Amino acid sequence: LSQTVEHGFPHQPSALGYSPFLRLMAIGTRSGAIKLYGAPGVEFMGLHEENNTVMQIHFIPDQCQLVTLLDDNSLHLWSLKQHGGASELREEHRFTLKGPPGSPPSATQITAVLPHSSREVLYLGTESGNIFVVEVPSFRVLEDRSITSEAVLQRIPEDNCNRRSCELVEALREHPKNPDQILIGYSRGLIVLWDLQNNKVTHHFLGSQQLENLYWQRDGSKFISCHYDGSYTQWPVSSDNRQPEPLENTVPYGPFPCKAISKIYWQTTKNGLPYIIFQGGMPRASYGDRHSISVIHGSQQTAFDFTSRVIDFFIIFSSEPAAEFDDPSAMVVLAEEELVVIDLKTTGWPAVHPPYLASLHCSAITCSHHVSNIPLKLWERIISAGSKQNIHYSTMPWPIDGGTNIAPDPPQRDLLLTGHEDGTVRFWDASGVCLHLLYKLSTVRVFLTDADPNDNMNTLGEDEWPPLRKVGTFDPYSDDPRLGIQKIYLCKYSGYLAVAGTAGQVLVMELNDEDAEHVVDHAEADLLQDQEGYRWKGHEKLKTRDGPVRFEAGFQPFVLVQCQPPAVVTSLALHSEWKLVAFGTSHGFGLFDHQQKRLVFVKCTLHPSDQLALEGPLSRVKSLKKSLRQSFRRIRRSRVSSRKRRGGGGNASEVQEANAKFDQDALQEMELAPVQRKIEARSAEDSFTGFVRTLYFADTFLRDSSRHCPSLWAGTNGGTVYAFCLRVPPAERRMDEPVRAEQAKEIQLMHRAPVVGILVLDGRSTPLPEPLEVAHDLSKSPDMQGSHQLLVVSEEQFKVFTLPKVSSKLKLKLTALEGCRVRKVTVANFGSCKTDDYNENDLAVLTNLGDIQIISLPFLKLQIRYPCIRKEDVSGIASCVFTKYGQGFYLISPSEFERFSLSTKWLVEPRCIVDMPEVTSNNHVHNKSGVENAARKSSPGDCGEDERKSGRLMEHALLNDEKVLKEIQSTLEGGR
Amino acid sequence: EFRRFSLERSKPGKFEEFYGLLQHVHKIPNVDVLVGYTDIHGDLLPINNDDNYHKAVSTANPLLRIFIQRKEDADYSAFGTDTMTRKKNVLSNVLRPDNHKKKPHIVISMPQDFRPVSSIIDVDILPETHRRVRLYKYGTDKPLGFYIRDGSSVRVTPHGLEKVPGIFISRLVPGGLAQSTGLLAVNDEVLEVNGIEVSGKSLDQVTDMMIANSRNLIITVRPANQRNNVVRNSRTSGSSGQSTESSLPSSTPNILGSLLQGEEESDEEDIIIEDSGEPQQIPKAAPTSESIESLSQIELLHESTQNGFLPSTEMNSNHSAGSISMEYEGPDPGRKSLEEDGTIITL
Repeated sequence: LSQTVEHGFPHQPSALGYSPFLRLMAIGTRSGAIKLYGAPGVEFMGLHEENNTVMQIHFIPDQCQLVTLLDDNSLHLWSLKQHGGASELREEHRFTLKGPPGSPPSATQITAVLPHSSREVLYLGTESGNIFVVEVPSFRVLEDRSITSEAVLQRIPEDNCNRRSCELVEALREHPKNPDQILIGYSRGLIVLWDLQNNKVTHHFLGSQQLENLYWQRDGSKFISCHYDGSYTQWPVSSDNRQPEPLENTVPYGPFPCKAISKIYWQTTKNGLPYIIFQGGMPRASYGDRHSISVIHGSQQTAFDFTSRVIDFFIIFSSEPAAEFDDPSAMVVLAEEELVVIDLKTTGWPAVHPPYLASLHCSAITCSHHVSNIPLKLWERIISAGSKQNIHYSTMPWPIDGGTNIAPDPPQRDLLLTGHEDGTVRFWDASGVCLHLLYKLSTVRVFLTDADPNDNMNTLGEDEWPPLRKVGTFDPYSDDPRLGIQKIYLCKYSGYLAVAGTAGQVLVMELNDEDAEHVVDHAEADLLQDQEGYRWKGHEKLKTRDGPVRFEAGFQPFVLVQCQPPAVVTSLALHSEWKLVAFGTSHGFGLFDHQQKRLVFVKCTLHPSDQLALEGPLSRVKSLKKSLRQSFRRIRRSRVSSRKRRGGGGNASEVQEANAKFDQDALQEMELAPVQRKIEARSAEDSFTGFVRTLYFADTFLRDSSRHCPSLWAGTNGGTVYAFCLRVPPAERRMDEPVRAEQAKEIQLMHRAPVVGILVLDGRSTPLPEPLEVAHDLSKSPDMQGSHQLLVVSEEQFKVFTLPKVSSKLKLKLTALEGCRVRKVTVANFGSCKTDDYNENDLAVLTNLGDIQIISLPFLKLQIRYPCIRKEDVSGIASCVFTKYGQGFYLISPSEFERFSLSTKWLVEPRCIVDMPEVTSNNHVHNKSGVENAARKSSPGDCGEDERKSGRLMEHALLNDEKVLKEIQSTLEGGR
Repeated sequence: EFRRFSLERSKPGKFEEFYGLLQHVHKIPNVDVLVGYTDIHGDLLPINNDDNYHKAVSTANPLLRIFIQRKEDADYSAFGTDTMTRKKNVLSNVLRPDNHKKKPHIVISMPQDFRPVSSIIDVDILPETHRRVRLYKYGTDKPLGFYIRDGSSVRVTPHGLEKVPGIFISRLVPGGLAQSTGLLAVNDEVLEVNGIEVSGKSLDQVTDMMIANSRNLIITVRPANQRNNVVRNSRTSGSSGQSTESSLPSSTPNILGSLLQGEEESDEEDIIIEDSGEPQQIPKAAPTSESIESLSQIELLHESTQNGFLPSTEMNSNHSAGSISMEYEGPDPGRKSLEEDGTIITL
């Protein structure tokens, strides 16, 4: 088992860094992870042993090295080194700044880090106001080069300053043209320009406001300071005036009190109008809760309004020192829940669609479904549907394009479908390292919901000032929890898609390349049938829209079945060849003929004493959540005021302490009253025995060994398996005769554990192929000569029975022997990495202990066992989805999938290379080396861009050529 | 009817042959009967297996008096100690069975007609401080009725005493199977479940193991109260004593593990309903799994009635050939003797 790559957006990001030289971006998290991203496919990950929050990330100029600062005040040097043909991220050194004995911790608490362009030293600003100098990579402290606050104060007239002026270094910035000068900004507003050669202050600037940050203009003639009161100030630097006055002091969102501007860029352009880009500064009273970054360019001004707190941002601009202007091209913003990139070159400043770091959790993931080896035609149709949804994105190539992806092309096209709480299904390209959103399907349009269509935060025009513009997709607030998607089934051959949701809704959809308006056929399935005296206390069923509904190109629903009672759909199966869809809830299951649009039968599985199943216990929790939604929107983050490091750090540690204490108390309490577990055999009267866990279609020998027929199998929580014999009319009479079903068998497993999997093995003991798989020549026809076998997987046992006469043949009792239970099971095909002609089918099983076991078919022998997920990580285990070829995904956080592989043959992992610049001589001349580096860098980058461009062109051509599209369509239709 | 016939004392043959002979001489080939004899103490004792048949033949001096009763009319109370001192009464009962109908007795079954609810097993291979208890859940409506918890126990290790996590019985439900056996008590440490050590396993794992084995649960415990331990060398058990020579205490309690596979087969049989017909037990398919088909029949009967099903007549006829034996062990004689030894059947 290898865990290969993490897809999605890092959980709790805490720091951002960017190297214009490497064109790599680094993200640090609160759990101590550091992740580097460049061109799509170029990814590196590192983890600090301490698991402490990463506070700051700084790349060493013109090097493949970066320094991280953790919240335990330790510094870590990481470097990218080539090893075995690929680059690897490794931690090289760690260091904690130590003050003289007896000094307070604040003396060495690092607040600002400046990697000097000489690449030899780091300047470390501290809370005490002293600046320490350490050598890299050795982290040796150069005490004689320290810049103490005393030394700074010597040169400043005493009437303007006192000792306290030099407390806490807020910002350190190197002069863009003269590496011997650094700008030091102290928290209380004092800014000095320090000459490193002569160890003295050359200029000092007296700001009246608490300082937040500093930014040099490109030519070094001016710099900008931004402040806690929401103002920014431009200062001139000239040789004649040692105490300059501000050129300009502005409160952009004044005159009422504003929030702090915590970071600012001043970018020059050819046309003379600068881009002023700053974070925060919103009017405190009315917009203090917004997470904004404002971009001002001449008369254009937009305050980008993010969906979550902004961690940090950077601007990509011309980094060639020879260039006269900055000419910013893109703004990259790391918010707490997503990454947003804004194209600053295109009018309107549209967002750029990121190829990675997708926010999987923009609405909470409720289920996932993986489909391997998608036929090219379906793939292209899905991409085409998705591209129509993405027209508002910028066409700019992805601006963070460092490194080269040298991983082999993915062997096949794989789709990962995620169902979300808001009723959407997202289609992800899961073929390679970059999990990329292809297409988003919403089921909401079919229903009438309480969601107020006017409740849109992006109401432009209503509020002219500030010119807010909402960006990003993160929106965890579900309008109606009943819309949540619970089960997904996609037939890759026919393009039929079935999705089922929280309120018993089952939708069958078909892929349509055009917009269309049509009526969705609607049926109701009463799963309680004749059972009387039951009252459903859960949520109501969803109301449907009357009349035709307009659907955009893509998957369009044509059938809606609503289960009654509207309990969550717990299992779903679609047979695209027979045109049948089966669905189950905690009350029973039903079969629907989506060709004739007729309910074939329903079966109630409810035990008369099972009251819980009727009441719908899930409903109460959900409605509370809904009612909280509006208030949450208002108060969200409103209390985040000062993000000052001192205050923030102190609070965080206090909170942590309090939490730790609480945990300890809780632990002690637990020890006093130990947890007990009841030991009792299961009985038919237990709760939720009727809960339908699995549904399965099979063409097999159900009644006699001479005739096989279509069948539907259902397994319940109480260990019952039902088998129904189906009569599906032949294709030519498919619309004329009804589909019939008759119960043929009912198996009660005496151990009564939930049935989680049902599978029929053919005469060669191979699992039956998927519907249409044989028709598309992608699988051998099943063996109908030899006798078939039935495999029933319960949470506790694996059992093989003969068919058609059911006799037990083999079993493997997992729980009785190991005390673990089956959580997920699937058939996985394992190929040999040595020879192409050998492959075998096994069961891949995930247990409640987080182990993955491989069990052979048909003899049920345990082959191997790997620990995979922590057993405490219940949501990780619940989210796990296996692929057909021995890979899998599970959520390691609400926003990240970990990908793992059990197969030696199919392995998807990042493999990339970052070119090491040759280290130029120590007598480093800034300008010269910069030009060299820029020249060297351009070659791999350009070639990558060319490739990408040509790929894009191909794609574009394919999708815009009508002939091609028609061909795709006709072939797909022919296939149906 | 009285019949007299001769047997070769040195070669009495098997009980089944003898039983057939009795049916033959009385011309009652298809009638189930109970066979008894009077031993030297005058007690009426049963003959129902090879052992007591041989014992009976050996006591013949020279005559062996045998009593035969139709099974359905049998008066089990006639058997036992001191029965022959009340000979008259017994004989009248035996000879005129309608007599007791007027005076209904509390009927106590033959041992093999009892359903065991629990037993202490493997006494001879376990350390005296341990107890291996088997709970027979099937066929009873009683809940297993106990709870387990985490705790810590002290072990003697090469490094001295060490505190290690352990699993303990935390509660017995009044009236439950566990409590009614008297073999388990609160604070007993659970060491094994069906032959698998629990050390290193979490409470939830052990819970799952116990529930998965609930239909034939074998728990090895270290009783909190060590005063009631079986003292092996002064065994006074009333068992047949057939294997008193069995090996000395072995410190490998996992011997049980090898027995489990076969035994376990008996603990559950799934049920199938074909075409909405009668529920039936799912038979074994392959001869490869040499399991004990016969073991499960009785169990099935219990099971089916418990679940409100009626066992089909077909099934009964299928299995009538197999001995309706109350042995719950496999056919392997070695295993049987091992298991029987030291068995205490609590009623």
